[in-house]
Amino acid sequence: MNKARQNPLNTAAMHGALILYTLIALFPVFVIIINSFKTRRAIFREPLALPDAESFSLIGYQTVMKQGDFFLYFQNSLIVTVVSLAFVLLFGAMAAFALSEYRFKGNMIMGLYLALGIMIPIRIGTVAILEMMVATGLVNTLWALILVYTAQGLPLAVFILSEFMRQVSDDLKNAGRVDGLSEYTIFFRLVLPLVRPAMATVAVFNMIPIWNDLWFPLILAPAEETKTLTLGSQVFIGQFVTDWNAVLSALSMAILPVLVLYVIFSRQLIRGITSGAVK
Amino acid sequence: MTALTLTNVNKSFGTVEVLRDINIEVEDGEFVVFVGPSGCGKSTLLRVIAGLEDVTSGEVRIGGELMNLTPPSKRGIAMVFQSYALYPHLNVRKNMSLALKQEGQSKQVIEERVTKASRMLNLEPYIDRYPSELSGGQRQRVAIGRAIVREPKLFLFDEPLSNLDAALRMNTRIEIANLHQQLDASMIYVTHDQTEAMTLADKIVVLRDGRVEQVGSPMELYNNPANQFVAGFLGAPSMNFFPASVIGDSADTTLGIRPEDLYLTDEGPLTANVTHVEHLGGDTNVIAMMQDHQITARLFGQHQVNAGQAVQFGYAQDRTYRFDQLGARLG
Repeated sequence: MNKARQNPLNTAAMHGALILYTLIALFPVFVIIINSFKTRRAIFREPLALPDAESFSLIGYQTVMKQGDFFLYFQNSLIVTVVSLAFVLLFGAMAAFALSEYRFKGNMIMGLYLALGIMIPIRIGTVAILEMMVATGLVNTLWALILVYTAQGLPLAVFILSEFMRQVSDDLKNAGRVDGLSEYTIFFRLVLPLVRPAMATVAVFNMIPIWNDLWFPLILAPAEETKTLTLGSQVFIGQFVTDWNAVLSALSMAILPVLVLYVIFSRQLIRGITSGAVK
Repeated sequence: MTALTLTNVNKSFGTVEVLRDINIEVEDGEFVVFVGPSGCGKSTLLRVIAGLEDVTSGEVRIGGELMNLTPPSKRGIAMVFQSYALYPHLNVRKNMSLALKQEGQSKQVIEERVTKASRMLNLEPYIDRYPSELSGGQRQRVAIGRAIVREPKLFLFDEPLSNLDAALRMNTRIEIANLHQQLDASMIYVTHDQTEAMTLADKIVVLRDGRVEQVGSPMELYNNPANQFVAGFLGAPSMNFFPASVIGDSADTTLGIRPEDLYLTDEGPLTANVTHVEHLGGDTNVIAMMQDHQITARLFGQHQVNAGQAVQFGYAQDRTYRFDQLGARLG
């Protein structure tokens, strides 16, 4: 290790900045969680106080459990997020592999075309998407959401992954070809493990907007049995009265799965590219 | 029988011609080295032979069979890469047996060949390790082992020693030479290092800008280079070139003398000022300026020569080479 980088003052300053940032980032989450365990009165009287014996209440969670089919919403959100992510990663990686590995006419144009979606928000096409979903009878199914989110996530995935795939050693792929591996085996067994950190990045970037999205569930799948968590939580927010206990409790629970998924992916993010394959 | 025949092979990427009209034959059991500066197309040529690139025109025949459209795994070749290219998720044993499994060989055959190869390369202690747990030299031996187990008609080596340090490079070079004797297989070896080419090859193919400059045994090329490029490329330190006007001849002719053919004398035809002296123990390299031309003399044994000193060099008339302005050999 470099001696100069272990200067205690530098280390302290660095940690100080990081701790400060962590506090700022976690503060809203913290407020949501502590208030979800308080009575309505306590929430408004002292929003920043921790719940004590007097103000502690699970009324919010009880409301959430009673009203609406919360677990179904939860399940819907999870299915939509996980399946969309899987599709984005699979098809994104495949397209990226083709773009980075094979020389064909229009390769460059194709790459640009696929990346174009990064610049154009998919919501512009909402009306057309809705018409398409109505025509195909997919309205009020989870498939409608999964397809839209896959389309939404692909451009960034292709863009990031094709950059990373270019860095995978040609020798390794060629060794596979000489040894008689099929292009699919080369892709799944040799290339994908080496771009795992990039895949994790793409997954994290895509996961949160999908989980939090209100727009498309509201338009494409507002039926009771296909409501997602974000949409389901809206029942507690009224025009005149808002059940804050319930809203905060629902949000607290909505954080959990994202947290779990994030922990899974961030491990991959940190884990370095497998060494030893090439010098 | 010929192991490999290339007939009028051309390869271009778009409008860029990388290989032009290559004709090469490799006999059974022959060790052929492709050598040339970087960018001369030697690696591309190897990839064309391996089937990793298609030829634009021409024929590739391996063991007499036309292989232009045959995929790499069906060509009866095995390749060793510069960066080793071991499969990171497989241990040494599985790295070596993968290709055999793909060919559909029986477990017994696989076991037998892997054991034989690992014994040959002293890989037995590492057989269950993963590539990340091996040193550079060990990885390269695994890569060679992976080629050996396939018992191919033709071995292809793509600069296999470039990533190794100097001492290891020499050892591995000798190992490869030994392997060639033991296996009695045809080998094609690509390198930019003329020492590797001279020491390993039965036959050297010198390439430049996608063309074959000369083909021959190391000593043929060394003693009888076809042109100035070949003369300058083979031999270390490389051949001295200067206009023949220095010794009172026509200025259109370039004179070439190998450093080891120069000797110190009191009445030599060449007068030069020493700029630098390299004492190597066994040899002494004297780098000197002769008018505007730098020349190097390789003197055997130890000599007391100092920088700044004026010296005179002599040479034997029959050890000189003459080239015309385009670099072609004269006389």
